[in-house]
Amino acid sequence: MSDPVSLTTDRPGQVATPTPPAPGRSRWLSDRRLAVAFIAPALLLLLAMSVFPLLWALYLSFTDYSATRGGPAHFVWFENYTAILTSAQVHTRALTTLIYVVGAVTLQTVLGFTIAYLISRRTHGRGLLTTLFLVPMMLSPVVVGLFWRFMLDAQFGVINSMLGSIGLGQVEWLTQQRTALISLIVVDTWQWTPFIMLIALAGLTAVPKYLYEAASIDRASEWFRFRTITLPLVWPLLLIAVLFRAIEAFRLFDLVYILTNGGPGVSTETLSFHVYKVAFLGFNTGTASAYGILMVLVVIVLTQLYLRYLNKLKED
Amino acid sequence: MAVSIDEAVSPGPVRDHTAPAPRRGGRGRSVLELALLVVLAAVMLFPALWMLETSIKENRDVYAIPAKFFDFTVTLDHFRDVFVAPGGGRSAVSVSFLNSVVVAGVSTLLATVLGVPAAWAYSRFSVKAKKDQLFFILSTRFMPPVVVVIPIFLMYRQVGLIDSKLGLILIYAAFNVPFTIWMMKGFVDEVPPEYEDAAMLDGYTRLQAFWKFTLPLLVPGIAATAVFALIFSWNEFVFAIFLTSSDDVRTAPPAIAGLIGGTTVDWGLVAAASVVFALPVLIFAYLVRKHLVAGVTLGAVRR
Repeated sequence: MSDPVSLTTDRPGQVATPTPPAPGRSRWLSDRRLAVAFIAPALLLLLAMSVFPLLWALYLSFTDYSATRGGPAHFVWFENYTAILTSAQVHTRALTTLIYVVGAVTLQTVLGFTIAYLISRRTHGRGLLTTLFLVPMMLSPVVVGLFWRFMLDAQFGVINSMLGSIGLGQVEWLTQQRTALISLIVVDTWQWTPFIMLIALAGLTAVPKYLYEAASIDRASEWFRFRTITLPLVWPLLLIAVLFRAIEAFRLFDLVYILTNGGPGVSTETLSFHVYKVAFLGFNTGTASAYGILMVLVVIVLTQLYLRYLNKLKED
Repeated sequence: MAVSIDEAVSPGPVRDHTAPAPRRGGRGRSVLELALLVVLAAVMLFPALWMLETSIKENRDVYAIPAKFFDFTVTLDHFRDVFVAPGGGRSAVSVSFLNSVVVAGVSTLLATVLGVPAAWAYSRFSVKAKKDQLFFILSTRFMPPVVVVIPIFLMYRQVGLIDSKLGLILIYAAFNVPFTIWMMKGFVDEVPPEYEDAAMLDGYTRLQAFWKFTLPLLVPGIAATAVFALIFSWNEFVFAIFLTSSDDVRTAPPAIAGLIGGTTVDWGLVAAASVVFALPVLIFAYLVRKHLVAGVTLGAVRR
């Protein structure tokens, strides 16, 4: 991450527009000042609402501060960090998060790409199909979580009702340890498959047609065309979508909160959810801050990766 | 890389983009593919349709076992309950919808007012370490909300912004500014800077040139960007539930989630509230469908 406060612009001689000082330009509001005046308010808001809170969290993470107990905070240095990194509880949550992120993102990618590929091969009705597929993505996680909770209800849920009508047994989707995590993955997949589909479709429609024509003149097989033309051209964009989803899945909180509330037991407690419990139910603000800072580090690494690929994509 | 979703999303005649029709068993395969697509679309749409159906069912049909798909009595009672409290007067959920309108609207306005000029400046001037600044701005948007909310909570407690609409507006604006800057920078890049140069040769200042010539061309882009910011704020849940508590401040997402707090859950009411909540989003999303790729990737991926 760069220094956020470097607001100074280059010397006026390097201003993007190479025209000589135009007659109408007032001296007191030079381009440089204008740039600062236009950028500074936005950056100030970000500094106040994003950077400052994180720095405060960083400070708290070295203390034993508790939001309810009050009183002065004592420095405990790295005690919070060692406690978290060696805690078996945290390891369990990390594993849950990993299973969830990998499971959900993999499913979304496979399904989303398949749907995009099928749509891209159609000549008619693509607009309608795409629009229909996009509905889940636009819904709030609250609505999605609540509604799936109703549909997955063991007693009067429609999913079990349908399973029953084709002669299958009832499943306690959200109240059994293993199925609860699977349900979480399924619901997240349902909501975000359209995201991967949308971006994959953008990549697929951008593949130049003449490449396919050339390949078909060469009598290349369909699989060969897919492997050597479609996939390499769509892959960079798809990777961006996958990384984006991975970051979002890693920091997911609301769906867990609504759908399972971390239960049964701790089977669907992701790292995000555990931070919430430590901070707002355990009131160990210092520990929670250290926990949060560690999560931020993971997000920063993922974000850097994402931005690097994005940069590469833009330069091509 | 040229990325365009316009053709894929806008209905109407679409140019033939697909590979030449498969040579072997082309027709049968095409039918199979269509069938697969229809099945997948049905699976993806079913929960949304089921929600709509539940919202117009009578309670005994909502809880019917096995589930009733077609032969149920239609009622609009649940929608009335969303807006009218049992004893008459406004219900808590309807108040929360108003709060959501205010919070999402004002925060979007703030993000637009701050973000659009910044995007223009980033697009037009050579700012020091421009790329690093832009990447820094975007990365603030990726911070886990649960982590950010801890210090924000303490901060708001100090300055008395806990449980206030202003507090929510500020944090939503801060989350939408990075998006607005990235999204708008793309739109500004598309307007040739020569327009401003020409205006300045005619005697306008840079600021006047921006205001009179560039800004009017940016209006469609600003509208699309604002719609996305509106959707993000409207759907937001984490900050809302931790930073607000009273009924007259709470926005719709925590209010709707609060409907399942009791021992018995009125799922018909939950469904109706969800439909009322989701409908504007779907309409808005349809309006900006041409910019969806850029919008959902926070302005990072675009044509």
